[in-house]
Amino acid sequence: MNLFASAIDWILDPANYVGLNAIPLRLGQHLVFTLVTLVIASVIAIPLGYLIGHTGRGRSLAVMTSGGLRAIPTLGLLTLVALWVGIGVVAPYVALTVLAIPPILAGAYTGFEAIDRRTVDAARAVGMSELQIVRKVEVPLGLPLLIGGLRSATLQVIATATLAAYVADLGLGRYLFSGLKNRDYAEMLGGSILVILLALVLEGIFALIQRFAVPRGVSGRPGPAATPARTPRPRNRSERTAVVR
Amino acid sequence: MFTITRGRLALVSAVAVGAVVALAGCASGDPLDEGSSSSNDSDTIVVGSQDYYSNEIIAEIYAQALEDGGYTVDRQFRIGQREAYLPEIEAGSIDVFPEYTGSLLQALDADAAGGTADETYAELQDALPDGLSVLDMAAATDQNSWTVTQAFADTYNLTDIASLTQVTEPITVGGNSELETRPYGPTALKEQYGIEIAGFTPVEDNGGPLTVKSLVDNTIQLANVYTADPNIATNDLVALDDPDGLFFPDNVVPVVSDKVDDGAAEIINAVSAKLTADTLVALNSQSVNDQAAADTIATEWLTEAGLL
Repeated sequence: MNLFASAIDWILDPANYVGLNAIPLRLGQHLVFTLVTLVIASVIAIPLGYLIGHTGRGRSLAVMTSGGLRAIPTLGLLTLVALWVGIGVVAPYVALTVLAIPPILAGAYTGFEAIDRRTVDAARAVGMSELQIVRKVEVPLGLPLLIGGLRSATLQVIATATLAAYVADLGLGRYLFSGLKNRDYAEMLGGSILVILLALVLEGIFALIQRFAVPRGVSGRPGPAATPARTPRPRNRSERTAVVR
Repeated sequence: MFTITRGRLALVSAVAVGAVVALAGCASGDPLDEGSSSSNDSDTIVVGSQDYYSNEIIAEIYAQALEDGGYTVDRQFRIGQREAYLPEIEAGSIDVFPEYTGSLLQALDADAAGGTADETYAELQDALPDGLSVLDMAAATDQNSWTVTQAFADTYNLTDIASLTQVTEPITVGGNSELETRPYGPTALKEQYGIEIAGFTPVEDNGGPLTVKSLVDNTIQLANVYTADPNIATNDLVALDDPDGLFFPDNVVPVVSDKVDDGAAEIINAVSAKLTADTLVALNSQSVNDQAAADTIATEWLTEAGLL
């Protein structure tokens, strides 16, 4: 408890709010690093996941590869990449992107797979092109699972982004490494608390996104989407119809 | 479409991958299955080592020499860094541990004065808690240093630390984050020598391959590399002279508990007497460059030195 109190003192100490090691600066670096990593991972994983989900091809390969990627120890990969490209931000970006891809990829293709085949077939029957099916049916209906994948990737990246400080003057991990090596455990715990707070804030934001960004009539639960349209006043969102216009 | 066959293929593949991972885990054996039960035996000497390959080689040499002398040895290697194992030594659960005079002294007494190798050794003897002592120190040192590349040294005529003032380009220092706050760190360079340090880049691998690569790539210009590191020779690095004793001398020294009797002390002292600076670099080189295992390196050297 005493250590916890001194960690709080460390967070509130005005001396930690100035200079190149200031808490707001480190928080900002950590956040930007996390967001950029997620964007890179999304650019790779979402189109790939959509392709797998839409065509149904390459799923076993994707399952195996992303399972393999999950098993790679991030610090080991980070060191390997850094030995190749040198120290700096590149190696952490590569290592953390590899960490973030599997959950996003899984979110993208399971989102498509969870859609009732009849809905997709109906869209095809009314004359939609494959691209239209993806854009107007599968993407909106798969959104809840994709956002779930992004949410889980965010949580992993924000916690693991502390490793960026292993080879770069970047992020909240600096407090952890320097606290550990200097036996300044208040700094170390303070840094950890900041990581936790940042993770909680992002979790909250994702919860909001999941609430508002998911199209009306779509719930996160897969299932038959053919509730009669004239059901009087659905009691909650999940009971509403998945209408495709 | 996703078919049954595909699903089965995925399942079989997943099981296969899992099995490979599980077997790979087994190959190295269970690190916990030996030793821990025997460590309480009164006639067993527990030899520990840092999580540092060079330290492990020295510990293995002590262990094999003791075994040759008829002692039962329990190896507790790769325990961690000093903050992790020092409480264990102080609690008496480890009997022999290879240490480094200056670094251990600074860990035990932050205000220690340092000085020559002998002065540091004497101060260390005073600083050790009751129940612990040090045997003879070896001539071998493995100490902190300010290291640059040969090319960088040639460009600016660098010989010792003070000559870094001749450098006209910005100097970025790289190393573990604690280096930034150590008494010999960037602040000391500025205050004692007036050397301008442009920045500090954390590279948290204890002066290992990442640090060396950063120096060679010129991402950093000045780093703390341990002087017994064979990478200094293989990568054309230069450890700058330290005539003013900015760094404490770090001679290899065995820290021992009361359980080490005169006979065992004699065996370890005989090892230390033969352990010179060049020897230590050669031993490290066998590990780094030839990828030899610690026990192989130890057996070879002990045989060669006539100690087995």
